Amino acid sequence: MLARLDPGSASARRGLSDIAIRNLFIIPTIVFLIVFNIFPLIYSLGYSFTDFRASGSAPANFIGLQNYRELLADEYIWNNFTITAKYVLVSVGGQVLVGFGVALLLNRKIPAKGLVTTLLLLPMMMSMAVVGLFWQLLYSPSWGIINYVLGLEDFGWLSNADVALYAVALTDIWMWSPFVMLLSLAGLSAIPQHLYEAAAIDRATRWYTFTRITLPLVTPLLLIAIIFRTMEAFKTFDLAFIMTSMESTELIAIRLYKMAFQEWQTGKSCAMAYVVLIMVLAITNIYVKYLNQAKAR
Amino acid sequence: MAAVTSKGHKVWNRALIGIVFAVLVIYLLPLYWISSTAFKPRSLATTVPPTVVFEPELTSFVKLFTSRVQMRGEVEPEVYQKAPWYEKRVFDSGERIIKDANGKLESSGYLSRFLNSIIIAVTSTFLAVAMGTLTAYGFSRFKLPGEQDWLFFILSTRMLPPVVVAIPMFLMYRTVGLVDTHIGLIILYTAFNLSFSVWLMKGFIDEIPIEYEEAALVDGYTRMQAFFKIVLPQAATGIAATAVFCFITAWNEYAFALMMTNSKAQTAPPFIPSQLGSGVTDWTVIAAGTFLFLVPVAIFTFVLRKHLLRGVTFGAIRK
Repeated sequence: MLARLDPGSASARRGLSDIAIRNLFIIPTIVFLIVFNIFPLIYSLGYSFTDFRASGSAPANFIGLQNYRELLADEYIWNNFTITAKYVLVSVGGQVLVGFGVALLLNRKIPAKGLVTTLLLLPMMMSMAVVGLFWQLLYSPSWGIINYVLGLEDFGWLSNADVALYAVALTDIWMWSPFVMLLSLAGLSAIPQHLYEAAAIDRATRWYTFTRITLPLVTPLLLIAIIFRTMEAFKTFDLAFIMTSMESTELIAIRLYKMAFQEWQTGKSCAMAYVVLIMVLAITNIYVKYLNQAKAR
Repeated sequence: MAAVTSKGHKVWNRALIGIVFAVLVIYLLPLYWISSTAFKPRSLATTVPPTVVFEPELTSFVKLFTSRVQMRGEVEPEVYQKAPWYEKRVFDSGERIIKDANGKLESSGYLSRFLNSIIIAVTSTFLAVAMGTLTAYGFSRFKLPGEQDWLFFILSTRMLPPVVVAIPMFLMYRTVGLVDTHIGLIILYTAFNLSFSVWLMKGFIDEIPIEYEEAALVDGYTRMQAFFKIVLPQAATGIAATAVFCFITAWNEYAFALMMTNSKAQTAPPFIPSQLGSGVTDWTVIAAGTFLFLVPVAIFTFVLRKHLLRGVTFGAIRK
């Protein structure tokens, strides 16, 4: 922890008091976040117990826990969760494989390394919506460059129910592997060189060096990357929404959007939002725990 | 890696560097493809096999900013002669630009979406960074009961899925008339970026030695003066990096913009894909819109390259 200024010193007492400055600096932010993030959530918690529809003029009726009961009994929604789980698994798994792999490759003397790394990081800085849009151009069945390179004719990546979800995941892997790579590289470059020298003297095999030195020392940062990406993949909306509109790619966020803004089941969607919210907060908690651990090192 | 560098080792190393550059090429291919499509004539955008060599032209950018209709017959030679170069390009592709009675070109709406994106991203970035810097200083320099809990609270607001927040926000905005307004989106983006800005700035301010301020206080500065004259200039790099991150986030945001705006305050991300559905898709125009939209992001990524790691870990990991 950082040393703090001594609030009792004579010089600090000129002008506004420390407590006043602290409050002046911190309270507006807290209030802002409460008004625009927490208050809406309380508002929607109220609606989640009603049958309110924002499209109509009928007043909201209190129906207790019925929305939640219906949601948990709805097979369709469980299917959305299964799809989301598949998507998270494939896309985060792919990102870890590609990202960590490329980081291992990059962790040596390479000409123009800074430029290469920056260029590789470009995709993750872009808008998901726009990336989803131009991958449609690449995936096009009849004249897309992907089908051309693979020699496939008229294969509809985004219109085939079995493949579409994985095609979206592939785009996500393209976009976010650099994120895993960036964190892995930071972990790899922090490994003390003398450990490898000692391993070389002991004639350790490459595999042994990798599993006993490299992997354990990169794991903390890799875990941060995995948790963060898991959380983001779980929330995915833009990419899948833009790229396809099939039932087999209906992630939980898309279902929620449709329920709220297309079917106008406002009350029910508020209830569903709460189910999702609790899951996200749980992952966030784990994430922050690991972040603080990494910071303490 | 090892101190031993045999000949076999060198060959191995060179092969790996070769693989790195191969990966780089594969990685950049999608970006090259969308950029090159923006400069292709329409007839070459969707050919089989894909066209790699072509004469670049700006027709798609002219089309991007204007509203056009398909022409039935040939354009009259006189009209064609008098037309400015950009109009000729559109005539060449068999379309004509829609004009009003005064001969003013009808806009496609892209320009206004682009300007909306700039206005909303810049304003929300300014607010988020200004408030975030103050709050970060407060957390960095003063004791606060339950400090870790407050910081977690602040970060957790960032992690909320947009759709979850958007449903009640939409209802509230509808009541107060903020749907499809610049202010409405600015507020949402400020709230979204604020938590990020606090966390990142706290990392930067923690790094500024506290002795500087103590020396200033001894010299007779008040705490406020010390903050504005000592801390802020020291934190300039951090503020700039945070601002660029916030700008990119707001610039790229899609979900809120989709749900909260429909025309007047709509930003570019929901607008560009919406052109896909309208009539026959002209991919060169979509590519041109995408290209212009991605240019600022690419530039900023280069500006930010030293701070990327810090940014993506909310200031927790520094190099």
